[in-house]
Amino acid sequence: MRNPLRSEADAFRFLVAVIVGALVIVGAAYVNTWLGVAAAIAAVVGVGWWLKQEPVPGASDPAPKLTSSTPAGTHRVLLVAAPGTESVRFANSAAEVVVVVPALATKVEALTGGVDDRRADAERTAEALAARIPNARARVGADDPGLAVEDALREFGADEIVVAGDDEFVESVRSRVTIPVSRA
Amino acid sequence: MAAHAHAEHVEHHGPPAPHFSSRVTPGVLGMFLFIASEIMLFGSFFTAYFFVRVVNGTPWPTPPFHLPVYVAFVNTCILVTSSFTMHWALQSIKRGNVWGLRAGLLLTFLMGLTFLITQAVEYSRIGFNTTDGAFATIFFCLTGLHGVHVFVGLSILLFMTIRAFRGHFSAEHHHGVEIGGIYWHFVDVMWIVVYMTVYIL
Repeated sequence: MRNPLRSEADAFRFLVAVIVGALVIVGAAYVNTWLGVAAAIAAVVGVGWWLKQEPVPGASDPAPKLTSSTPAGTHRVLLVAAPGTESVRFANSAAEVVVVVPALATKVEALTGGVDDRRADAERTAEALAARIPNARARVGADDPGLAVEDALREFGADEIVVAGDDEFVESVRSRVTIPVSRA
Repeated sequence: MAAHAHAEHVEHHGPPAPHFSSRVTPGVLGMFLFIASEIMLFGSFFTAYFFVRVVNGTPWPTPPFHLPVYVAFVNTCILVTSSFTMHWALQSIKRGNVWGLRAGLLLTFLMGLTFLITQAVEYSRIGFNTTDGAFATIFFCLTGLHGVHVFVGLSILLFMTIRAFRGHFSAEHHHGVEIGGIYWHFVDVMWIVVYMTVYIL
């Protein structure tokens, strides 16, 4: 949905829509009170539908892909694992590994306060995996795998990414970065 | 931080700058959040209005009082027109027309001032006061709350106009006009709702 107050031009268009809606409501209310109520409901729904249809500038643009590296002599691997992953096998030649587990939560969980539980799950997974890998540290990521990776790259940087998860999970990471991504 | 990451095709050393989670700039987002809180404030006053008029069944306006519908209509026309001049001002500066911006802002300010003065005069002649029942209380609360917002909008407009005459805005830099314009249109939208519910329906 497009924010009707996103810019002055949008706010002005919204004002014009409100004027038209007000005229319709007043006209209908003079004919019959309940017709006025129906017109008010229709106007609100109509404005909501219009805003829903309006394209949000830049919303359909693909997010820019991130690239990353570490200084010479350092080789850092970002291990991205889905919550609940018990073990990961990969050729670990890295000097350092950052284990990132996104706190994946459904919309229902996000609305009902279940995010804390999902973060706790993600933290358990990350710490368990990090404990089995030399020079590894654990980190809980955002609720979207791509965002979790983006945050970790911005904070730590990495030379390659290893992903443990299903195809969709792997693709959501691969689509956001330009550095090598392999599957564990 | 030794490591660095950067957006594709951009030469950058060190960690990338934090980016906005939203595509809206912080200034516009701040104004949006402010207006959202304002809508909630107006919403509480409208709740009181509907409670008095619909739930309680108070006659509107309560006899023997009358509302100056036609004066308010003229005032509404003035305020709506001021939004058009505000829009014209911003469109002008977007095209680099500084004098269009100055004229637009000045006209908007003068029309807003006219609206506020007319409302004050209307208050003095209306024939009832805040203590004359729930109808009068809600009338003054709703229109007064809006009047306060017009006053705030006028203050913003005054500074925008002064800055415009000092040459602070250009085709590339006019964010201050954009933000003030959003607020002014919001004040207009709220007046249309207030006028429709209090005076017309």
